Amino acid sequence: MRKVFGLPVVVVGALFAAAPYFIAQAPYESTMGLIQKIMYFHVPSWIAMYAAILVCGVSSAIYLFQNKPAADRYAVSAAELTVLFGSMGLVTGPLWGRKAWGVWWEWDVRLTSALLLELIFVAYLLVRKYGGPGSEKLAAAAALFGMAVAPFVYKSVDIWRTVHPKTSVVPTLPKVMAGPLALTALAFLLLFFVLLTLRARLAERQAVLDELYLAHED
Amino acid sequence: MRTAWLVLRKDFAIEARSWEVLTTTLFFAAACVLVFAFAFVREGKAVEDAAAGILWIAIAFSGTLALGRTFERERYGETLRALLLAPAPRPALYVGKLLGMLALLGTAELFLVPMVAFLFQATLFSRPLLLVALLSGGTLGFSAVGTLFAAMLVRARSRDVLLPILLYPITIPVIIAGVRGTSALLAETPDEPTAIMWIGILAAFDVVFVTLALWTFEPLMTE
Repeated sequence: MRKVFGLPVVVVGALFAAAPYFIAQAPYESTMGLIQKIMYFHVPSWIAMYAAILVCGVSSAIYLFQNKPAADRYAVSAAELTVLFGSMGLVTGPLWGRKAWGVWWEWDVRLTSALLLELIFVAYLLVRKYGGPGSEKLAAAAALFGMAVAPFVYKSVDIWRTVHPKTSVVPTLPKVMAGPLALTALAFLLLFFVLLTLRARLAERQAVLDELYLAHED
Repeated sequence: MRTAWLVLRKDFAIEARSWEVLTTTLFFAAACVLVFAFAFVREGKAVEDAAAGILWIAIAFSGTLALGRTFERERYGETLRALLLAPAPRPALYVGKLLGMLALLGTAELFLVPMVAFLFQATLFSRPLLLVALLSGGTLGFSAVGTLFAAMLVRARSRDVLLPILLYPITIPVIIAGVRGTSALLAETPDEPTAIMWIGILAAFDVVFVTLALWTFEPLMTE
């Protein structure tokens, strides 16, 4: 376990150490200048959030239909990471918007729906915390609905006219910008993977500990 | 299908004895509209576009209340457990409950829509068919998710708080579509293409939500 796990940790560390250099190398965008470089944080955090939602939704479905506790541990870990990466996106977004659009927040479809998606997973965590026994399944259903709403959030910029750039922007970036972005996106995804594994392991340890307590009381 | 019908008839029979849920829901909806009227009326005139928002917020709030009350009643009598023990297909129970919810909210809307139209001088009836499509699409999406979560929350602690916490974020896309579609109809010259686009989006959400709810109801209600 530890041997396999060590490699991603080293790679993530190396990627995050190298990222500032490559981001500094990338050229300034013609109209926005320096502020545009926040993209190298903003886009990867949303990519990591979508990955987390996918993991959370799929493992919730597995938990619901096959009743595997391990799947539930991955689901709750992924939900926490969804909230984490989502809040990174929601912080970097307004910082960028303040300079590019002149306002911190614009009530357009993309921003509103992204905030909603974040709220669904905050609700997931709240239900698990305060729902009492049996709330895991309830939360799992919420995660499935969250996963169903996620593609709508992603495609919303293409359906409506919004201030937010469209999904077609990222694939058509010039090579000098696409390179660093791919690097940071990979770093965020690997970071997600490392954190997910750690958090799920922690949940597993807690489950084992709980069982030991129960056995001790009997 | 027969099971769904029986569940619906049972709920109707209980409701017809006391009228508890319907009257409280209606009163609450009316109170909602009045509270918003105080917030949005300036110098005797409502803020433009406020009517659509007020109508849908009243529907969503009173819907939450009604969901809570109907399932609270099931919990008191432990009747939900009895229903689940019955040798009936689970999705049929869900459909029955959902139909009951739709009937209840539909009745509430019958009162709410004229009330909003009257109080805010909104031209809600200029395109009746489109309005009905918007209302039924929105109500279906809202109740599909609401019935599922309310049924599951029967067993949970602090269910009164958790229902809105879960329900609002998930159903807000539906409510947004309803509000935007309705306000398109309320414009000086009703904007039909926009309203039809929002009806399409509502229909898409309805399909997704109802499918998901039917699919997850069975494993969720099994202990």
